[in-house]
Amino acid sequence: MSAPLTSLDRPNSYIGRSVPRPNAKRLLAGRGRYVSDLKLPRMLHAAFLRSPHAHAKIVAIKTDAARAVEGVHLVATGADFARICTPWTGTLDHFKGMTSTPQWPLPLDRVVWAGQAMVAVVAESRAIAEDALELIEVDYEDLPIVVDIDGARKPGGPVINPGSASNVCFRSQLDSGTVDDAFMHAAHVVEEEFTFGRHTAVTLEPRALVADYDPSAGMLTVHHGTQTPYQFQDLYSRHYGIPEARVRVIATDIGGSFGMKLHVYHEDMAVVGLSILLGRPVKYVADRMESFVSDIHARDHRVRARMALDAKGEILAMDVVDLTAIGAFSTYPRTSVVEGNQVIRLIGAPYRLTNYRAALEVIFQNKVQTSQYRAVGHPIACAVTERLVDMAASKIGLDAFAIRELNVIPDDAYPQTSPTGYRFEALSHQACLKRLHEMMDYDGLRAEQADLRKRGIYRGIGIAAFVEITNPSPAFYGVGGARISSQDGAILSLTPSGEVRCLISVTEQGQGTEAIISQIVADQLGVAQDHVRVITGDTEVTPHGGATWACRGAGIGGETALQATRVLKRNILEIAALILQEQPSALDIIDGEVVDVATGKPRLPIAEIARIAYFRSDTLPPGAQAQLTVSHHFAPQGYPFAFTNGIQGCLLEVDVETGLIKLLKHFIVEDCGRIINPMLVDEQLRGGIVQGLGAALFEECRYSDTGQLMNGSLADYLVPMPMEMPDIVIAHVETPTADTVLGAKGVGEAGTAAASACVLNAVNDAFAPFDATINSIPITPAKILKALKRF
Amino acid sequence: MSGFDETLQDEAEAPVRVRFVVNGRKVACEVAPRDTLVDCLRDKLELTGTHAGCEMGACGACLVQLDGRAIHSCLIYAVQADGARIDTIEGLSEGGVLADLQAEFHRRNALQCGFCTPGMLINAQELLSRVAEPGRGEIRDALSGNYCRCTGYEAIVDAIDAVAKARSKGGVAT
Ligand code: FES
Ligand code: FES
Repeated sequence: MSAPLTSLDRPNSYIGRSVPRPNAKRLLAGRGRYVSDLKLPRMLHAAFLRSPHAHAKIVAIKTDAARAVEGVHLVATGADFARICTPWTGTLDHFKGMTSTPQWPLPLDRVVWAGQAMVAVVAESRAIAEDALELIEVDYEDLPIVVDIDGARKPGGPVINPGSASNVCFRSQLDSGTVDDAFMHAAHVVEEEFTFGRHTAVTLEPRALVADYDPSAGMLTVHHGTQTPYQFQDLYSRHYGIPEARVRVIATDIGGSFGMKLHVYHEDMAVVGLSILLGRPVKYVADRMESFVSDIHARDHRVRARMALDAKGEILAMDVVDLTAIGAFSTYPRTSVVEGNQVIRLIGAPYRLTNYRAALEVIFQNKVQTSQYRAVGHPIACAVTERLVDMAASKIGLDAFAIRELNVIPDDAYPQTSPTGYRFEALSHQACLKRLHEMMDYDGLRAEQADLRKRGIYRGIGIAAFVEITNPSPAFYGVGGARISSQDGAILSLTPSGEVRCLISVTEQGQGTEAIISQIVADQLGVAQDHVRVITGDTEVTPHGGATWACRGAGIGGETALQATRVLKRNILEIAALILQEQPSALDIIDGEVVDVATGKPRLPIAEIARIAYFRSDTLPPGAQAQLTVSHHFAPQGYPFAFTNGIQGCLLEVDVETGLIKLLKHFIVEDCGRIINPMLVDEQLRGGIVQGLGAALFEECRYSDTGQLMNGSLADYLVPMPMEMPDIVIAHVETPTADTVLGAKGVGEAGTAAASACVLNAVNDAFAPFDATINSIPITPAKILKALKRF
Repeated sequence: MSGFDETLQDEAEAPVRVRFVVNGRKVACEVAPRDTLVDCLRDKLELTGTHAGCEMGACGACLVQLDGRAIHSCLIYAVQADGARIDTIEGLSEGGVLADLQAEFHRRNALQCGFCTPGMLINAQELLSRVAEPGRGEIRDALSGNYCRCTGYEAIVDAIDAVAKARSKGGVAT
């Protein structure tokens, strides 16, 4: 063998290795256990009557005919729930002045968006429940509808929440440096107004839960397709007044989530209430149409931004106003202002920037709530920043790479604090830029572009640098008073046969949590990966923790597993030392065997240690108590977030006759710190990029001016399909965080963060020969033709 | 009253006995005339490997084989499939028909949440039974009715491509 040995050549070295996910075989065989598959004895089914009006007073609800249908067990309205459930309000304390009205499972007197669940029917089958819904009559009294941002902000216009002076949910300002001064002395100023349409997660499995309240035990079990079982345990307990230890939330296989399945939905709270009212299991699975009108949407923003530069092209200042409309309530418990807050704080993040001003206004409207969805705020911040950088480059006559090289924070200049208060430990923009330039064969692409242009073929090349927020500390929700954990917990046992069981609070939605945790445990303990079984997603079994959101699975969950494993290893070696009459420090574990550190000679299998400890403790010296189960928690300290970075590139072709865009190739160079499983990281990036590309070109929740969602089905709402998606080339730079032993940061949002910015820049690049620009996402054929003045 | 005709509801619920050969076994069950095949497979026969993502033929999650051809089980009523041979992901897995595709999907991590995966596999099998060595464009085209929110599709295309090559090289029967 000629290649030098690397750390991957050690036995049981799994960190950094592309191993397949052990649990994926079940899913491939059709043996997934999704909540939508679940059937319990005596289980009933819920369906909801939904409001046809975007804003109306509920005058009367007549349910007698529905109640009389054979097979119907219960028809419940808002008042029935208000008796057993306390309301919730989606505000956080550190967002000063933020407002939102209290919410109940079903509304008491008003509906505030078209599609809002109004009345629940529980029956022996979903079909019977739906039949009964048809027999319910509701008298509504129309109220004025507030649909768009301008309408919502009109002084003296209709106000959605009674008792409020306006439709403003929250306002925030950032101001640092001397922005006006910088603009006054700038050699160049670029300015643009951007609009970002609403889109939604469209997980392939819709939201699903089975609530099972057992009155004899006073125990609530909820099988819930969610990423955050502990959060729901807490919420069900507090809002329904059931002691927390008697609420169990089980989240087994989840058919896609992306942030959408961690918010409190009215129907989900209602289903828990229905089970309590009936004392029987009640199942609810949203159908696709219901998903479109009731899952959270995201990204409804209008941003006006300007950038000042000096004569050389150095960025001097940015000035930004973000208006975002969030629906009629702020979501609970994370709130709907987090996205806007992240937009204004992430704008300009890759660049040396000291003069920065931003205003955020978050506005209510009569539409379904918007809230956190994959890469919260990132795509908007990135698109605004990167488009302005490109506009500046063409104004000054600089190349897209050159202007970024001139302005990114240098790789040796860390730590850095952004003017918006983010503290960056170590990022690698320069290295990523350089790598992308080579990987794309940028000069070759430019030459080809010029050639093709002569033949009437219009290609665009777009790049976009980004900064991603990962590993959130308690500074995220904890300080705002939300009971959302930033710590994770693991319980690790050596079983009597010498295998390892790891119960951990981070959850699996297909990104490979269980695989990477088993890699970390196997690596750190010195056993084969298939001797490690990882169990996630059951609040009765796994210790409390944040679970999986905002890119914390590897960085926080992984570190928890690593630290827990080190404790277990120490305990195993202590027992081994007693048995072998050796110093623990002279021993190590390799391949499931205790070995001499010095010689590597095997001394005793760990299975033998387990056997002695569990079955022959009489042979251990007096006073020895084997601790072969350890419980360990870890909360991030040090930097409030582990920021990551990267850059994406996109090559596409615009058909100027039809307005259609063909994506030809996509590129990403990304730095998520220590990589645990390169294959899983790459697949996270690809999946994320495709979500961003969908947003860039296809996805938009389109409303009529009466507040009706007009494209609420998979036939009308376009999602990225295999045919339209390009191949994606990936490279990595690794800058581990020094805050943890593992050094891992998150990677889940990176793909989505910059994909639409890249496409926006590429389309505008393709437009270079024309007097045309585009500043709105999604970039539809109609918008292209309009920009080209052909429509 | 809303003009709802109760006899209609009774008729919609009146059970009909249907027989199929599902995954090689004769089965009979009672379905309502309005039950789709995907509902019947999932609820009555407890074959939950077949998924429903859109219930309108747009996502491909519900693909099964009916008399050997891939069909959308959300687009046909159970009564329409009376007498047919139906093979679902469970049967095709146990019979080893998809073993090479499944192994390649696993090796390349061509799935994340796995909700689209049974439909993807059935579509891939259908494609490879028609075209011995499809190009990548052809594979993407053939999958264009299978929605996946998690992957970027590329690993799926790679996996099918690799199996196509291996099958045509090894002459493995499809
Ligand atoms: S459920 Fe049949 S195609 Fe989507
Ligand atoms: S793997 Fe989740 S939908 Fe395809």
